[in-house]
Parts: sequence; structure tokens; C-alpha cells
Amino acid sequence: MNNIFVYCELEGTKVAEVSQELLTKGRKLANTLGVQLEAVAAGSGITGKVESQILPYGVDKLHIFDAEGLSPYTSKPHTAVLVNLFKQEQPQICLMGADVVGRDLGPRVSSALHSGLTADCTALEIGPHDDKKNDKHYENLLYQIRPAFGGNIVATIVNPENRPQMATVRSGVMKAEILDPNYKGEVIIEDVAKFVPETEYVTKVLDRHVQAAKNNLKGASIIVSGGYGVGSKEGFDQLYELAKVLHAEVGASRAAVDAGFADHDLQIGQTGVTVRPKVYIACGISGAIQHVAGMKESGIIISINNDENAPINTIADYVINGTVEEVVPKLIKYYKQNSK
Amino acid sequence: MSLKIVVLAKQVPDTRNVGPDAMTPEGTVNRSALPAIFNPEDLNALEQALRLKDQNPGTTVTVITMGPGRAAEVIREAMYRGADGGYLLTDRAFAGADTLATSYALATAIKHVCPEVDLIIGGRQAIDGDTAQVGPQVAEKLGLNQITYVEEIQSLTPTLSKGEGDKSDCSSLLGRGQGRLVVKRHIDGGVETVESPLPCVLTVNGSAAPCRPRNVKRVMTYKRALAPMELAPETTYADLPYAEEYEKKPYLKLGQLTCADVNADLSQCGLAGSPTKVKNVENIVFKAKESKVLTGSDEDVNGLIQELMASHTIG
Repeated sequence: MNNIFVYCELEGTKVAEVSQELLTKGRKLANTLGVQLEAVAAGSGITGKVESQILPYGVDKLHIFDAEGLSPYTSKPHTAVLVNLFKQEQPQICLMGADVVGRDLGPRVSSALHSGLTADCTALEIGPHDDKKNDKHYENLLYQIRPAFGGNIVATIVNPENRPQMATVRSGVMKAEILDPNYKGEVIIEDVAKFVPETEYVTKVLDRHVQAAKNNLKGASIIVSGGYGVGSKEGFDQLYELAKVLHAEVGASRAAVDAGFADHDLQIGQTGVTVRPKVYIACGISGAIQHVAGMKESGIIISINNDENAPINTIADYVINGTVEEVVPKLIKYYKQNSK
Repeated sequence: MSLKIVVLAKQVPDTRNVGPDAMTPEGTVNRSALPAIFNPEDLNALEQALRLKDQNPGTTVTVITMGPGRAAEVIREAMYRGADGGYLLTDRAFAGADTLATSYALATAIKHVCPEVDLIIGGRQAIDGDTAQVGPQVAEKLGLNQITYVEEIQSLTPTLSKGEGDKSDCSSLLGRGQGRLVVKRHIDGGVETVESPLPCVLTVNGSAAPCRPRNVKRVMTYKRALAPMELAPETTYADLPYAEEYEKKPYLKLGQLTCADVNADLSQCGLAGSPTKVKNVENIVFKAKESKVLTGSDEDVNGLIQELMASHTIG
């Protein structure tokens, strides 16, 4: 009882990477708290196929919900799975991915259970909390840490009274690590009908197209990333050219995506992808904390900016004071020259 | 066939212009220090509602927004673009609400002003919190289905009310007839087309069609529309310069609802009704690294490339 639960997202019978990242984090939190780690997988035809993708991360108990209506994901049946399971199991913490599924499911479950949910956390820790107003002390709460509000602050959120403490985390923020390939966890095949009434199957999926990601930002060793300072969609063409010669991937800041210079898939940061390349070349990126949250673990950071005081310069290994227009073509030119 | 549509909209601080005084010491947003705008994705949501209104004569589009007096600007802006009217949900008791307490207040207001609603549409998320939680939570509180990340409404078959159409068509497990809609939604790595019964809640993605601009005639008609909260303290519409207009044109008096008006349970509102608490807030000071500062000159750029290649960092 009062264990940590991770909702494992599935595409068919494949467990999402973000779920494995959260299982790894959940294992660590469970060790700190001295409780067990449990996982939930809901889909169809998944029994016998998902266990080996989940248990090795140190899962003590895996609840499998296998029924036709559970794949592809729709909101109400998956909500019923978690709400009814949580009423029975009383978890203290529930983690899920902050992607389309997790951000659809998490709030609905939190509303039904009247528990707090914090979206897009960049760190999760365990610690005490004093509520000075009500003179109450709490031990072992989940600190849900996230940048907020325009990038100036990082907020630590706690849910003192309500359970489970729920948090979503973006893909790539945590690292997936197999604990033991032969980790012995219990597998429970749940009776779906007991959890999901027939009336919950209301959304019909008529058509569905999913493609593998078009870019490989998460795995790239060099990233050329553009911000608002790139100035235009055409300005990004230069970045693509530099990326091509360096065998790099192109990324973007939110400001560049919002301005229509780059596709949403390319967004790096708290509400985009988190990356850890060997080299990160930030072109015209000022460096709001949300962006930095998604790239600060890069090996070498090169900032090209005509604003000497851009916040990103303080975490950069190399700062080039100049415009993107001027510097990027020179990088291309001298790279070509020197690699001959 | 006419529909009753509620659009949930939020006035948000423009996070593109954030200064150091953006947060209060308690960790809540210092709204007065920032320019306020119509949350961008709520405009995409409004457009979807207005398109349905174009296709289904007699449809009403009602905006509900929660906030202080100045948030009524969102209702006026929506009316300039085609909404029929709206309600400002405003009360000190709502202050400090997290997403769950906000959803409770909005769901309670919807039940109060539009119990027969066919469709509730909001933006996917607001730019001040980026949580995307309020839409699904409102849906859950109302016991309705939800479709998030909507790109486009492809078709809608309205719910038949009593007396309309063949009665045998109206009998459905869902109680209120057989209305359904088909939408295209964004999912990770692709798109999905789904069908849901009405009523339901949609949250619309920023990649959906942009909102139509203001209509000049509508701006002229509604520019003096005011919510009671916007009046100076101790004054009424009768004290305004164009008092007679407010008598003749009741639509200039925007709807306003307090906690008591919607019979909201105070323990579920505002800070008291919020399970999440802000423990602390830190200003971020990046840990400065020793950075090597270069100019954009040919010499410096060439030097950098040579250095990085020599260390096998690139190439």
C-alpha cells in the first residue's frame, strides 16, 4: 500500500521511452521512501509482450489491463482504469509522461480523485514541508519542481494533503536505466470489466496515422539550435546548412517555434524535447530557463548572439558576439576549409 | 440546427514580456505587473466555435472567463470576433486557485449558465501555466467526454431536442439524443480522427485555424460593453457617460457571476480548494561557467573551428 505507481504508455505493444525513464526515477524515489514500485499497462494484446520492457527497471508489481477497447488510447477507459485501481491501491505518488496521452489522462484522473497534479516537472525529489499558516509539518512529500512563468523562476510544488501526488514529466528529462534484466516483479492480470464499465467506451478512433519521429534530437551528438534571433523561416535554412556539414540535427527555442520560424517538433526545452548532445550551438537564443532546462546538460555550449548579456551566455563555454547571419556562414566556411 | 456552445477563455499575462516583479513573494503571479492578452490557443478555440455557428444558424457562442474585472476584456474581444456574449466569473474566493479549483469553478458556472450545453471548447493550454489541465478537469467534473489537442472539427451531427426529428433516433444510452462529432486531433508523431458523442469538451491546439479578425461593425456595437466589476466602486451603469445606452441595449451589460451566484462550494474554490501548494519559488541565477568570449571575425571563427576539430569535438 501507498506505493509509487507509474502509468506506462504504449504504442501497440511497445512501451514508451518516457515511461521507462519514469520507472527508473520511480525506483529511486521508492528506495528513498522504502516503498515498492508498481507499474500499470493498459492496452490490447499486451500480455506476454510488455513485461520484459517494464520489470527490468525495478518494478515490484505490474498491473496489466488487456482488453480490446483499451487500444488505441482513449480518455475515459484509461481514466477508469487508473481511478478505480488507485481507489483500491491508495498510491502515494503517480508519475506519467507529459506527452499527448499523459497530458490528456493525468488531469482527468487528478480531477476524479481530487488530487494535485503538476505538469512538466524537470526534477522530482523527496523532502519535508512546513505549512506555517496551519502549523503543520509533513515528512517525505514529493517535491515537484518546474520552471514557471516566462523563465524567471523555478517553483517547487507540493501536495500536502491529497493522494496520490501526481506529476507529469517530459520525455528525455529523466534517464532510463535498467536495474536488473532479471528483476523479479509480480505480474497481475487485472479483470478489465471490473474497472471499466461498458459505458466508458465512448470515443471511437476512426483513423490513426503515427510516424516515427522525423528528427533524432534526443540522440543527436551535435545540435544547431535557433531562436528568435534567427529572424525568419529563411534564416533557419542557414542553420540546416550548418547542421548538414556538421552531421548535426536542427532544434529551436519556443520563441522561434511560436514565431513560425520552425516546426513544433523541433522545440527544445521544458515544453519540448530535452537533449544532451556533445555540442549545442545556440544561434540567436536568449536562454529563458524553460529552454535551458532542456539543454543545460549539453557537453559544450556555443552561443552566437549579438546581445552580450543574453542569459544563455552565462552557461556557454564559447560566446561569439555577433549576429547569426554573419557568424553561421563563417562557421560553415571554416569548417569546410579545415576539414579538407 | 442550433447548438449551445461555451468557449472557455483566459486572460493571461504576456509571458513574452516578463520583468523581475512578475511573481509575488507568495509565489503567485503578480498580474498587475504584466500586459494582459487573450490566451492564444483560446482564440483558436473561439474560431472553431464560430465556424460551427456559421454552419448551424441559431447557434449561440457564450464565453466564460474567470478572473478580475479587467478579464472582461476577453469577453468583449470574443464578441468583436463573433461570440454572442459571455460571463465574467469573478470572486475573491476564487483567488489563488490551482487548475483543479479553477476547473471546479468553471464547471459549476457552466452548469449554472448553460445546463443544456452541446459543446465546450477551450484552448489546449494557457501560456502562463502551460499545464493543459483545465480542459480535461472541467470535462471530468461535468461527467463529459473530452478530446484534447484538436486540430479541426470535421463534422457535427447535432443532438436532437424533443420534438425535432424522429423520436426513435433520440433514444440513446447517453440520455440526450444522438449528437456526435468527428474531429481530427494531434497525437505524438501523428494525427488521429475520432468520433465522440455530444455533449463533450474539446481543447484546441495552436496549430488549428487562426481566429478570424475583429469585425468593425461588431466593435462599434460592443465597444461599450462592460461587466459590473469594471465600473468604478460605488457606481452603477446609470452613472456612466452613456447611461441611456445601457438602458436601451441590455447586451452592453456583460454577465457576471460570483461564487454565490453559481452556488459554488467554498471549500473547493481558490487557495482552499487547491491540492497543490507552492512550496517555494527561486529566482534563477545560472551558474556561470568560464566562457571564452569571441567576436564574429573570420580569425576568431576559424580559430574556434580549429580548436574544436583538434579536440575531436566536431568533425
